[in-house]
Amino acid sequence: MMMLFGIPIQALLGQLLVGLINGSFYALLSLGLAVIFGLLRVINFAHGAQYMLGAFVALLMLKFAGIGYWGALILAPIVVGAMGAFVERTMLSRLYKLDHLYGLLFTFGMALTIEGTFRYFFGASGQPYTTPAALSGGVNLGFMFLPIYRGWVVVASMVICLGVWFLIEKTKLGAYLRAATENPVLVQSFGINVPLLLTLTYGLGAGLAGLAGVLAAPIYQVSPLMGSNIIIIVFAVVVVGGMGSILGAIITGYMLGIAEGLTKVFYPEASNIVIFVIMAIVLILRPAGLFGKDA
Amino acid sequence: MSHSTHTGDTAPTRTLALAGPIKAAILIGALAFLLVAPFMLYPIFLMKLLCFALFAAAFNLLLGYTGLLSFGHATFFGGAAYFTAHAVKVWGWPPEFGILLGVAGAAGLGLIMGAIAIRRQGIYFAMITLALSQMFFFFCLQAGFTHGEDGIQSVPRGHLLGFIDLSNSTNLYFTVLGVFLIGMALIWRFVNSPFGMILKSIRENENRAISLGYSVARYKLGAFVMSAALTGLAGGMKALVFQFATLTDVSWQMSGEVILMTLLGGIGTLIGPVFGAGLVVSLQNYLATSNVPVTIITGVVFMVCVLLFRRGLVGEFYASKLGRMLGFNPER
Repeated sequence: MMMLFGIPIQALLGQLLVGLINGSFYALLSLGLAVIFGLLRVINFAHGAQYMLGAFVALLMLKFAGIGYWGALILAPIVVGAMGAFVERTMLSRLYKLDHLYGLLFTFGMALTIEGTFRYFFGASGQPYTTPAALSGGVNLGFMFLPIYRGWVVVASMVICLGVWFLIEKTKLGAYLRAATENPVLVQSFGINVPLLLTLTYGLGAGLAGLAGVLAAPIYQVSPLMGSNIIIIVFAVVVVGGMGSILGAIITGYMLGIAEGLTKVFYPEASNIVIFVIMAIVLILRPAGLFGKDA
Repeated sequence: MSHSTHTGDTAPTRTLALAGPIKAAILIGALAFLLVAPFMLYPIFLMKLLCFALFAAAFNLLLGYTGLLSFGHATFFGGAAYFTAHAVKVWGWPPEFGILLGVAGAAGLGLIMGAIAIRRQGIYFAMITLALSQMFFFFCLQAGFTHGEDGIQSVPRGHLLGFIDLSNSTNLYFTVLGVFLIGMALIWRFVNSPFGMILKSIRENENRAISLGYSVARYKLGAFVMSAALTGLAGGMKALVFQFATLTDVSWQMSGEVILMTLLGGIGTLIGPVFGAGLVVSLQNYLATSNVPVTIITGVVFMVCVLLFRRGLVGEFYASKLGRMLGFNPER
């Protein structure tokens, strides 16, 4: 058996893969947070709840409408995004002119409400979601066994991240978004419907969280608590990355996922807190975050 | 956090300047009520209420008077509960020293968390405190002395100063009431001190405070540690009252709860958080026997508060027509 730093290489690569998968979800979720924050200046505390909502919509679609994984992968993000857009339009948009902390508090209340509702109807325990037939099984890479679904999650999340980055950095719509981030009043005076842009952005962010939820459903159990467990870690990721840059959020997500996986190999007791420790160190050395522009 | 309500209607038609007398009357009434309450209501419930009222008031010291939203105050509340419980149960310390250790421990944790968190402002500050507090949660989950999921149970209440038997619930109640009143007096003194005035100026305009030569970071850290220590006082008492310390007290839900109490009662008012804590604790008590899930109600109240009455119940009264006429000052 090959050894590296006194650790079997299989264990190392196995945890690296786990880290990469967790990192995929951190990247997807922190990307959504960064997109929303960039334009709305709202920290979307409900992001974890929307992630959970995505997984549950997929589960319920399978149970009651017979819509399988591939259908859910398209429909669930749309459902979650539409719900997000509705909330933004009717309630969240009233808070923009106030201190940004109110947006955080409002979405916190929203997260509690959504989570509480699902706990009430489905209990706190998780429910399994079967892996789609086309992606079940695994391949032997020679040095390790790779379940196909996990490989798919890593590839899919990278494609989605790059897609969103492309949308925002390289398209006309993205240019409007970035311009509205800089100076909403000026952009509006050019005849662009900024409030609509805000609604769409929030819908997009919420939809991304829902999409991550569907991707997560076959790996983790579908449980009402899955969102609140991950959202605080994602907050730490966002603090480390700095919210100024989309690419920064993505890279930091993967990096911290891998760091967490490696900690599981070398010092398992600290794997729960390693991301928070990294956050504290980054704050001491570089308060604006690794990719942050504004302090 | 600053309100955008400093509007121009600063010319009240006629004020009766009754705010002072009304406040005094309420204070005397509340004191009288607290003195006779244990003979009419369930003492444990009252003590829980007092602990959370002090917790919320200590939290408000930071949010209301310094403008810092901490999402990690459960660390100080639950941490102090653990320290006090451990000292009293395992080391056999008398209760007063147990509580003092809880306060000192919470202040120490506050110093560490505050020093890291004040490096960023606003929303980032909230997220950092939340993340650090989650780190402390995981620490408590794994550390030996906290006993993980079980928590520290059957903590003895002991004898205060060696001769007051705290296992008698009336004795315990008046001890808790005394500590609560001392805590509130400290907060009142602190808010009205020159230090408190500087904190308010930081809340209103941080850059101007810096340009006036104040070392803003040091004042913020001071407020953070003070708030953490007073929260520790509440947490240590809570450990003695309920005779246990568990992970619930250090969870992020607890941090959310204290924010709700403060928001509901009135950010930046002295009695608002006490009022809010009373409402939330009573609501939880009431809902505990029904099968309506508390989380949903809490979440909805949060959303309604933020959308409709951001000043909180007490703050809205101060700012209402009647409140202004009576001479209350809504500008805190």
